[in-house]
Amino acid sequence: MSTAVVLGMGGLGCPAALALAEQVPGVRLLLVDPDRVERSNLSRQILFTEADVGAPKAEVAARRLARLVPGARVEPRVLRFGPASASGLLDGCDVLLDGTDSFETRFAANDAACAGRVPLVHGAVLGWDGQLLTVLPGQGSCLRCLFEEPPPPGALPTCAEAGVASPLCGVVGAAMASEAARILLGERPRSLARLHRWDGLRGTERDVPVPRDPRCLACALAPEADLRHP
Amino acid sequence: MPVIVKIPAPLRPLTQGQSEVSVENAATVQAAVEDLSRRYPGLRERLLDEKGALRRYVNIFRNDEDIRHSKSLQTALAEGDKLTIVPAIAGG
Repeated sequence: MSTAVVLGMGGLGCPAALALAEQVPGVRLLLVDPDRVERSNLSRQILFTEADVGAPKAEVAARRLARLVPGARVEPRVLRFGPASASGLLDGCDVLLDGTDSFETRFAANDAACAGRVPLVHGAVLGWDGQLLTVLPGQGSCLRCLFEEPPPPGALPTCAEAGVASPLCGVVGAAMASEAARILLGERPRSLARLHRWDGLRGTERDVPVPRDPRCLACALAPEADLRHP
Repeated sequence: MPVIVKIPAPLRPLTQGQSEVSVENAATVQAAVEDLSRRYPGLRERLLDEKGALRRYVNIFRNDEDIRHSKSLQTALAEGDKLTIVPAIAGG
């Protein structure tokens, strides 16, 4: 029995959780989000309807997934991922999917995944730009090898300020599920140590290698000799 | 042939919405950044810190190479190279 933890039931977490539940029958899904459904979410957060506005996203998503995918084992966690909640959520986790909207949470997820040697699928969207990076601690690089630290507040626009393209959320969310499924099924993920980037406006995508940074503080927690995953 | 610089969504408000701009006669990434900074006010502050180093949450690739694993801003450019600016993004 494998367990996937999905951080953020937003534009990425909703399609990722749905696709993963369909792709890997029997997978146990923990859906983590502290927020409630807002009307502005509905265009891209496909597990919610108008009637759900005001309800906790994790709980609504778990109920809807259980109906959409018979046999799905889905558990909501209405809380924010961070250093205090990380160890409890990652205990027994086989893959972590991060689709959150906060830099702080994303770097915390990367660091916790490296420390706990849990595979991480990092997906992000801003405007028409999308990114995907898969991290297998002990093999290749991590998010901090690419970006050493999160930007200070206000240095870069957030999705609340710049918006996100709804169609691209479906594309990136599905790609995250695909990577997570590969990991759970023992296949090599496509975006391992490679940053896959979408330009949704131009309709182009490409990836670039992300070399391991020997000075990376997160990777130092997962030495390369420690190979838990294929 | 100029060097092409691909501008990510978060920085396009500074380049009048252009997703791609070209730079002529830049021998290094540093020279390309300086040229862009003159043409597009505000861009330098987004890319470089107070000491002139690349910010730790922004990356630049020369073709497929992360310049931090080369000579960073002193990485040499050749005609026809593509520079891609990749900032951390957090939307979801």
